Amino acid sequence: MSREEMDAIAKERLVGIAREWYDQMQNGIVPYVRLPTRTKQNIEYDDESEVWKYGERESTRAATTEKSAIHLLKMAYVIGFLKQQLEENRSSTLRELYYISEGWKKAKFSAQDESNLLIEDLEIITDVQREAFHLRPEEDGASIFGPLRIRETTRRGVKEIHCQEDVGEAGYPIPNNVDTLDFVDHDAKFVIAIETGGMYARLMENGFDEEYGAILVHLKGQPARSTRRVLRRLNESLDLPVVVFTDGDPWSYRIYASVAYGSIKSAHMSELLATPRAQFVGVQPTDISDYNLPSDKLTEQDINALKAELTDPRFATEYWHNQINLQLEMKLKSEQQAFASRGLDFVTKEYLPTRLSEMGVI
Amino acid sequence: MAIAEDLAREQRSISVAEFFEKNKHLLGFDSPTRGIITTIKEAVDNALDACEEAEVLPDIFVSIRKVETEVYRITVEDNGPGIVPENIPFVFGKLLYGSRFHQIRQSRGQQGIGISAAVLYAQLTTGTPALVVSRTGAREKAHRFELMIKTETNEPEIISHEEIEWDRTHGTRLEIQFKSTLAAKKRLLDYLRLTAIVNPHARITADIDGEVTTFERASNEVPPCPRPILPHPHGIEFGALKRLADASNGTVKEFLIDNFSRVGEKTADEMIGVAGLRPTRKVKRLDADELKRLLDAMQSVKVPAPPAQQCLSPIGEDLICRGLEKEIQLDFVRARTRPSAVHGGHSFIIEAAIGYGGKLPAEGNARILRFANRVPLLYQQGACAITNAVSQVNWRNYGLSQQGLPVGQVLIMVHVASTNVPFTSESKDAVASIPEIEREIVLVLQELGRELKTYLSRRERKKQQDDRARAVCSIIPEIAAKVSEIVELPLVDTSPIEGRIMRKVVAKKRTSNGRVCIEVNNYTGREVALILYNLSRDTAEDAEPGPDFVDDIGGEYNKVWRCTLDAGEAWQVVYTGTGDGTLDLRGVEDSMKVVVDLDV
Repeated sequence: MSREEMDAIAKERLVGIAREWYDQMQNGIVPYVRLPTRTKQNIEYDDESEVWKYGERESTRAATTEKSAIHLLKMAYVIGFLKQQLEENRSSTLRELYYISEGWKKAKFSAQDESNLLIEDLEIITDVQREAFHLRPEEDGASIFGPLRIRETTRRGVKEIHCQEDVGEAGYPIPNNVDTLDFVDHDAKFVIAIETGGMYARLMENGFDEEYGAILVHLKGQPARSTRRVLRRLNESLDLPVVVFTDGDPWSYRIYASVAYGSIKSAHMSELLATPRAQFVGVQPTDISDYNLPSDKLTEQDINALKAELTDPRFATEYWHNQINLQLEMKLKSEQQAFASRGLDFVTKEYLPTRLSEMGVI
Repeated sequence: MAIAEDLAREQRSISVAEFFEKNKHLLGFDSPTRGIITTIKEAVDNALDACEEAEVLPDIFVSIRKVETEVYRITVEDNGPGIVPENIPFVFGKLLYGSRFHQIRQSRGQQGIGISAAVLYAQLTTGTPALVVSRTGAREKAHRFELMIKTETNEPEIISHEEIEWDRTHGTRLEIQFKSTLAAKKRLLDYLRLTAIVNPHARITADIDGEVTTFERASNEVPPCPRPILPHPHGIEFGALKRLADASNGTVKEFLIDNFSRVGEKTADEMIGVAGLRPTRKVKRLDADELKRLLDAMQSVKVPAPPAQQCLSPIGEDLICRGLEKEIQLDFVRARTRPSAVHGGHSFIIEAAIGYGGKLPAEGNARILRFANRVPLLYQQGACAITNAVSQVNWRNYGLSQQGLPVGQVLIMVHVASTNVPFTSESKDAVASIPEIEREIVLVLQELGRELKTYLSRRERKKQQDDRARAVCSIIPEIAAKVSEIVELPLVDTSPIEGRIMRKVVAKKRTSNGRVCIEVNNYTGREVALILYNLSRDTAEDAEPGPDFVDDIGGEYNKVWRCTLDAGEAWQVVYTGTGDGTLDLRGVEDSMKVVVDLDV
């Protein structure tokens, strides 16, 4: 689909929302929008695409209270702004959108979270990604290091980059819009996504990528959309297994869940963002006891987060319930860098080879 | 032996005045700051009691003047019946001298300690005598005394006494000087304000170092003066019984009937039966053991409650509300007076009020106003049975949050009226914890809580309606404007939504570019005749249509329009102005109208 066609669809769908409100008001109906409920109670597994998506539950937001009416007013202003941006072929960041609303009086956003959520609402209603509205995220993508050659179409021409030979120690930074990225060729057996920069650097320093043919992807915490899209494409188009290596605490399990199953916030785009075949490496609660890892006590918030995960449909497997219940029993958590207590090479020489072969990856 | 003799030389009786000198805190004179409040409180209490007895509307003047560094002259003057000259030295110059101590009825002062204690306090701190002027009627001359108290003997010392001319026909004036500070000025004004609330028939004028505040009366009716009653058999103790018995010449039966309230033939017979005495025995002949048996019998036999209507003087629901409203701005106020009840043979009545909103602070605990026999209690809130009872109520049931005490824009007023208010100490700061009293307070607060809840939920409904009105009348038109711009079509008309949703009379005021526009739409199904009030600084001289009349209220103009609108009809007025001020609509009931000020 050409860029012009994409723009036309985005504009048509946005204006369609306004048109619906116009018709509602003309018929004496208070304008409203319907959206799927964006909570964990309303995400369902889609057998066909193998990802978690929003379910049937919908909520209606009608302009019958001051708060809801203002929400709709804000949405109308955003639609007006995006329409103009598409017509003039300009683009802006989410942060810029937030600042632009300064001039919108009653429709001004009180925080950036609010405008981000509203854009996600628009993505859901129009079934078009925010990139198609010419909106860029502020967050930068993470980085890649490994036997992979990519081709990136930049504003200054097409560049081919090998992610081991042509990059420095930081690796290849993933751009915001991965639509401009093509994979040329590779010499990899699998992809390992890593939560912390420390472990990413450790695997690089120990030559884990060369020894096992691994593409290292640094997630930088909760991964950005672009990072998740790259992981999905590495898995889909290159047919490489993806494994996720994080800390051993409830928040890190959620990082894995968002890579594998999609996040609750963007369940409307799970098909583009999630890598359903991604596997979890660790740190598993069983690792903490098996390897006698240095650990910290779970905090009250950790415990609540673990308990919440027990009711999260994304964690509704026997494996996860066993692991989470075990952790609640032990009341302990460990970081992935805790393996250093058994020597700097332990993680690349012992733990990962053992665990990955057990998982059937190597 | 020698030591005992040494000790014996030092053993002697202590005069009550000497005792007070060493124990000032017991009577509320613990600090100079507090002393000033206690003094004024005692003097005002006495003045109000005296006026009540004489059935005159109290007019009380209080003044505090700085005479020299740290020395203040306190003056309290009333229009009461005055005091006969022979008694003046004793009233002000002797502790424990009073008219009400032996009476069973509701009164503010009782023991006759308060005011003479103030005189003594003055004497202790500055050495100056108290000045008293009193006049008992138009035909009498006024008497002027300078008094001190002989602390060793607790007897008055008259420094000077003369007859003088005085412009008041009756009344009493007291002037004393003592060391103090004005640190408690706010508290003092609070005390006077609270006194004014529970004595809505009194006018109190305070001149604090030149700053004059007047608390006007809200009622011109003198409350009926409570009349003394006989002691109730359940409220008597051995000593009192013995004293009464010794003074009686009658038989046991006659004694019981004549000396106690609510005791008739039948009750007396029953008591004598239980005590195992012969009814014909002379009561003064009974020995201690027999008296003790009689006392027990008196307590155990069921006796109707004392005649509360006679000896108590509750303020009344209406006057409590009026008293509160005149001194404290509130959005909601309700008062309740409970039927009389009894604790230990003493009658009492609990009255309470709840106020909400207005100028009350939005944060923090509820404001608790405690009163006993129409006297505000200022200190030791935490130790008081009233406070305890307030915390016992589950206020969450009534729509308030609670942390021990209820929290929020709430005022709770409780008045304990009794022939014998059980205080925790002689300084009369806190009511002692008596289960019967606490129970009555909890009950009355629960009754009031239910009323508050009704009010709050009605207010919440109104808020939701207003919220909806704002959404419909103010924001939907903006959505319409933006949406019409996006779809590039003519501006969509939102009045059908307004009409369908509101089904009421809607008045809207909107100001743009210096033009004030007031629009009224009748979305009801019938004709309405309306009066529109618009109070603001705008004169609206160019209003079209012109107002039917304009009231000039000190720089603000109340513009009034009359209009009659058919079902579905609209009306509007436009004028040049700033658009501040308020809009009000009369002629339709509240539930049928919506007034939206789009300028706020």
